[in-house]
Amino acid sequence: MVTKTSAPAAANASRSKSDKTRAERVRRLVTHVGLIAFGLVMLYPLLWMLSSSFKPTEEIFRDPSLLPGANFMPGNYTEGWTALQHPFHHYMLNSAVVVAGSIIGNLVGCSMAAYAFARLEFRGKKLFFAIMMMTIMLPIHVVIVPQYILFANIGWINTFLPLIVPKLLATDGFFIFLMVQFIRGLPKDLDEAARIDGCGHVRIFLRIILPLSAPALATTSIFTFIWTWNDFFSQLIFLTDPNMYTVPVALRTFVDSSSQTSWGPLFAMSVVALGPVFGFFLAGQRYLVKGIATTGIK
Amino acid sequence: MSALLQRRKPAAPDTASAAPSAAAPDRGRAPNRKRRETLAAYGFLAPWFVGLAFITIGPMAASLYFSFTDYSLIGDPRWVGLENYERMLTDERLHNSLQVTFTYVFVSVPLQLGMALALAMVLDRGVRGLPIYRSVYYLPSLLGGSVAIAILWRQIFGADGLINQVLGFFGIQGEGWVSHPDYALGTLIVLNVWTFGAPMVIFLAGLRQIPAMYYEAASVDGAGPARRFLMITVPLLTPIIFFNLVLQMINAFQTFTQAFIVSGGTGGPTDSTLFYTLYLYQRGFGAFDMGYASAMAWLLLMIIGGFTAVNFLASKYWVFYGD
Repeated sequence: MVTKTSAPAAANASRSKSDKTRAERVRRLVTHVGLIAFGLVMLYPLLWMLSSSFKPTEEIFRDPSLLPGANFMPGNYTEGWTALQHPFHHYMLNSAVVVAGSIIGNLVGCSMAAYAFARLEFRGKKLFFAIMMMTIMLPIHVVIVPQYILFANIGWINTFLPLIVPKLLATDGFFIFLMVQFIRGLPKDLDEAARIDGCGHVRIFLRIILPLSAPALATTSIFTFIWTWNDFFSQLIFLTDPNMYTVPVALRTFVDSSSQTSWGPLFAMSVVALGPVFGFFLAGQRYLVKGIATTGIK
Repeated sequence: MSALLQRRKPAAPDTASAAPSAAAPDRGRAPNRKRRETLAAYGFLAPWFVGLAFITIGPMAASLYFSFTDYSLIGDPRWVGLENYERMLTDERLHNSLQVTFTYVFVSVPLQLGMALALAMVLDRGVRGLPIYRSVYYLPSLLGGSVAIAILWRQIFGADGLINQVLGFFGIQGEGWVSHPDYALGTLIVLNVWTFGAPMVIFLAGLRQIPAMYYEAASVDGAGPARRFLMITVPLLTPIIFFNLVLQMINAFQTFTQAFIVSGGTGGPTDSTLFYTLYLYQRGFGAFDMGYASAMAWLLLMIIGGFTAVNFLASKYWVFYGD
């Protein structure tokens, strides 16, 4: 272990001999032990929830360990799945519709706006860009009451439209910003060449900019997925019919309706709710890290 | 905010330089091409314009109007002038919710950023397996805002929860943390600190941009680790510290889900987790007191805008943009 940790030092050209000293090796070992211990503390609650979701409820309140209990209980999952008015996949399907619509909306609406901001010159560009940046910081609470009134008047409450249509209208300025940054980094020669060949803006956008922006589009999709899947506030407000509940809203009614005895099923369904986020996290880590590093929002 | 990005892509044209070049004479057949380009731009921006009008600015204006009315969704809004704002002056639950929110912001954000910077510093020193550590520490940021994690928190800090089970090993009898008015807010602060991964990743990206030769030069001159940190790392990282500070504060002011789930929507025990947004929700969508909720929303906007402005003004004195 000790010799292993010093191995990368050789690859690190800037630091040469001094790395191989004993003190340095000990320091590295201590660093790793510390980082691993800290990581375990960070992840412990998550791992414990996973393990507890297979235990009977009494054990959840008695057993802080990660070990599987004497009686392995997949029953929490079947019980939790049917505990609410609809089976849990009903809510997952609703969430999936909202998420899919939001992703498509953000990809279409934001990439169009981003192309204009990044590549075209027009009157008012500076002002509009500044307004767009300010909307990123606008708390949703400032607009939620009138939005609710507006959507109630056109009969959109208890539909997914209030959650999806705004995305299509590029109201998530953050993603416009992310794409603007990305498109600005693309070489302009390609657009120029296409323009000389007689391509209009629509074709340059569709044939050149969009394909080259795939990484930014992937980042947008992953973040939209995770944020929409986790979003609670707007779904709580716009969806009040149990038939339309999404996963977070359904989980909330589950907490409210459950007594001390149903924590096992509640944990099981919480694990189910986190599963897709975790999956996307594993699949899209590269894009996530790059995305927050360039734009800086979680 | 843009400073961070300009540092990354110095060659990219930014909006500041874009405006003058638009005014400058173009090559040859300029006017026609320019007009076409403007038309195209407005076309591409059409969805955004509609969204801005109907989803953002329109509702903002409506919200301002409603804040001067008494409106319960049934019937028409009734103009009441400044009544809602006057009520806010004497509404003790509102004052309490402000205190809860401020405490949360000013305690949890510095702790979260401190933790993020400390871990980023450790990871930046060429630690092997950096991507794995980074992912592990980042994961809670992605999950932290969800209902499921709030449910977990409610159990962990409950009377028979995980924390007390662990404390029990050491013979300590813990409180029911989430149900104790002195500690409930603390459990939510812990939750926010737990999500330090996102700012940490940003710090890591920033640290990577500091040229190694600065450190080498300082070492040659005899500067120890503490001095190198204070004289090189901190000054060069101030734009990113600032950026994280602004974002995390704006986020923290809007905390809702965690408080809602952990307290069962009440903000209890005894309003100790009644966050501003939670109270706003109760007034607006519990009591359907839309006028008052709108006035509260505008106060929130003022507060967040005010703090962001202060942050930007103060940044002149401590943020170092180099070049």
